[in-house]
Amino acid sequence: MALKKRVPMLEQSPEERIKNFSEVALGYTEELALLEANRCLQCPTHPCISGCPVEINIPAFIKAICEKDYKKGIEILKDTNNLPAICGRVCPQEKQCEAQCVLGKVKGNDSVAIGRLERFLADLDLSLEISKHRSDTENTGKVAVIGAGPAGLTVAADLARMGYEVTIFEAFHRAGGVLIYGIPEFRLPKDIVEKEVNYVISLGVKIEYNQVIGRTIPFRKIRQDFDAVFIGIGAGAPRFMGIPGSNLNNIYSASEFLTRVNLLKANEFPKYDTPVRIANRVVVIGAGNVSMDAARTARRLGAEEVLVIYRRSEAEMPARLEEYHHALQEGIIFHWLTQPVEYIGDINNNVKAMKCIKMKLGVPDESGRRRPIPIDGSEFIVETSLVIEAIGQKANSVLRTGFPGLKLNKWGYIEADPETGATNLEGVFAGGDIVTGAATVIEAMGAGKRAARAIDSYIRSLKRA
Amino acid sequence: MAYKILKKKRLAPGLYDFLIEHTTIPLYARPGQFLIIRIDERGERIPITIAGVQENSVRIIVKCVGKSTYKLAMMKEGEHVLDVVGPLGNPSEIDCYGRVCVIGGGVGIAPLLPITKALKGASNHITAILGAATAEFLILEEEFRELSDELIITTDDGTIGKKGLVTHRLEELLNAGERFDRIWAIGPTVMMKFVSAIATRQEIPCWVSLNPIMVDGTGMCGACRVEIDGNMKFACVDGPEFDGRFVNWNELIKRQHQYKEQEKAALELFKKEAGDLSWL
Repeated sequence: MALKKRVPMLEQSPEERIKNFSEVALGYTEELALLEANRCLQCPTHPCISGCPVEINIPAFIKAICEKDYKKGIEILKDTNNLPAICGRVCPQEKQCEAQCVLGKVKGNDSVAIGRLERFLADLDLSLEISKHRSDTENTGKVAVIGAGPAGLTVAADLARMGYEVTIFEAFHRAGGVLIYGIPEFRLPKDIVEKEVNYVISLGVKIEYNQVIGRTIPFRKIRQDFDAVFIGIGAGAPRFMGIPGSNLNNIYSASEFLTRVNLLKANEFPKYDTPVRIANRVVVIGAGNVSMDAARTARRLGAEEVLVIYRRSEAEMPARLEEYHHALQEGIIFHWLTQPVEYIGDINNNVKAMKCIKMKLGVPDESGRRRPIPIDGSEFIVETSLVIEAIGQKANSVLRTGFPGLKLNKWGYIEADPETGATNLEGVFAGGDIVTGAATVIEAMGAGKRAARAIDSYIRSLKRA
Repeated sequence: MAYKILKKKRLAPGLYDFLIEHTTIPLYARPGQFLIIRIDERGERIPITIAGVQENSVRIIVKCVGKSTYKLAMMKEGEHVLDVVGPLGNPSEIDCYGRVCVIGGGVGIAPLLPITKALKGASNHITAILGAATAEFLILEEEFRELSDELIITTDDGTIGKKGLVTHRLEELLNAGERFDRIWAIGPTVMMKFVSAIATRQEIPCWVSLNPIMVDGTGMCGACRVEIDGNMKFACVDGPEFDGRFVNWNELIKRQHQYKEQEKAALELFKKEAGDLSWL
């Protein structure tokens, strides 16, 4: 009797949503959630759990939905995941839990929409009284967490639940890291992030805003004042292609463009004081999730035509399929196998065009993807007055000066044990993008969870000594 | 959050001296560094160089140029700004160089003060050239008189000191046989550009403090990228001070104008709402 296809989630129509910043996907109603939850086979092997970086007991929370015991479902979620409303929206479920779903392997059937069910429960929780999970056993150790992004919030919440005194130091005036400045409102509403941050605070975690450790407070001071330190500052420095003309006006990094809009609300300028430029035709370079976010944001700011240029083909595109489809629906135009080689400016130093070259795919490179090779003589001009480079991030150089003694790898990321997050400095742990390079929210959270366990055993060992 | 304005003093029309309460900036700030202020919930992040610190506060001197600086100038003692982040950026490279010429233009004289103090403390011989539009707009003259071995004042209209530009005075000194081991120049970008041109001709290392458009101030967005000796640098984490001889000045000046239309429109709108601002 169970449905072969997953229950669709309600969404705003493309014509409507390109005119606003409200959330595109509207989630499941109770009725829809029950329909979808009942598709789960409750199979004994539950491979979905091993597909989840934080090992949520997925069949159990889905069973709780089927039984309409939502409180229990929420408890199961929060047992392993402190930020489920966020994960239910931004995790690449199709590559994680849902990719393992037994039902999905049966011909003609979709896998269970685990992410959407997680979101259903989590949203329900946010509208209910928040239950506290603070431990009764006081471990009374003091832990500093640097960065209030997905990794930092996870470490902090887990340690607080174990009874530790945790202080997060955040560089911005709001907590959430990339969830706040990077991911747009229409994909992850900021009040959802705020509510989940408030949940972390309700566990006893303190957040100190406007603190750039290594600049505004020395790292050594933090090490002196706390038993252990977790560094989860993300890989926030933007990469630029570095082609001629990169410093022309109206060429943005995706980080700058998205920060202006998401964190500082430039879309509401002049009501808000931060401006952002927009143009009739915008070009976004790169085809990852950040590029989709930038392209769709540009569309909402009023760009008539948004082109995404990517040097490989659709098959190698790193973006989630769902985001890509949403972008297509919103009229974003994709140019595959195309690489910009030079920006051309006008007399005022504003970008007016870019020279591109066509590419072909050669043999696979070290990433396993076929290497893009320029086709000689295929240069052509694309006119545009606004460009957003979304070609990835790298380690922030503040690490080199602000964290003396910390061992970094050749790319400038922190060298940390992948299991524990331990660095070369005693009592200093690290995790998330600043260790792995840009990855997903849930992977950063997984690193946070592992580090929390390691920090707990480290502090316990101190007390025994 | 929220940081209290402990003191506010009007130095000249549209030019204000603030002491803002802060517990850690006074402990860690060194000359040459800056902070970022956000006035209120709707405010943008405004980078401002530090003019000095006291036991429990940080000193900034602000000139009204756009909506945000007007808003700040309108705030009263006892009121709070929402966010203050600092110190950011690299400190000035203070050492005993020998004979140092410090050149300040307009509100740029303010961040030059702690640098000059540190240079004096490192036993340098200090020649200071301070420039302003008119006598009314010349700031910190007394502080600099105490610190400098030689103080030269210049104004655009000659109402105090000699009439002319700071670059004229620098040329005069050099033509008269004066030799400097270092120059520090902080002021309008065009002023720093022309001082740097002289420094290039004379082969004198010349520190300037760049103020490109900035957003986060921590190396995250790349808005403040500047070309230094052909390489892309971020003023917030690689600067704000660079040797002016290697700065691509024309590009910097054009990048500073990126939001000119929006800034103008926002200020016009603000002036309409705020009423008469001539008292500022």
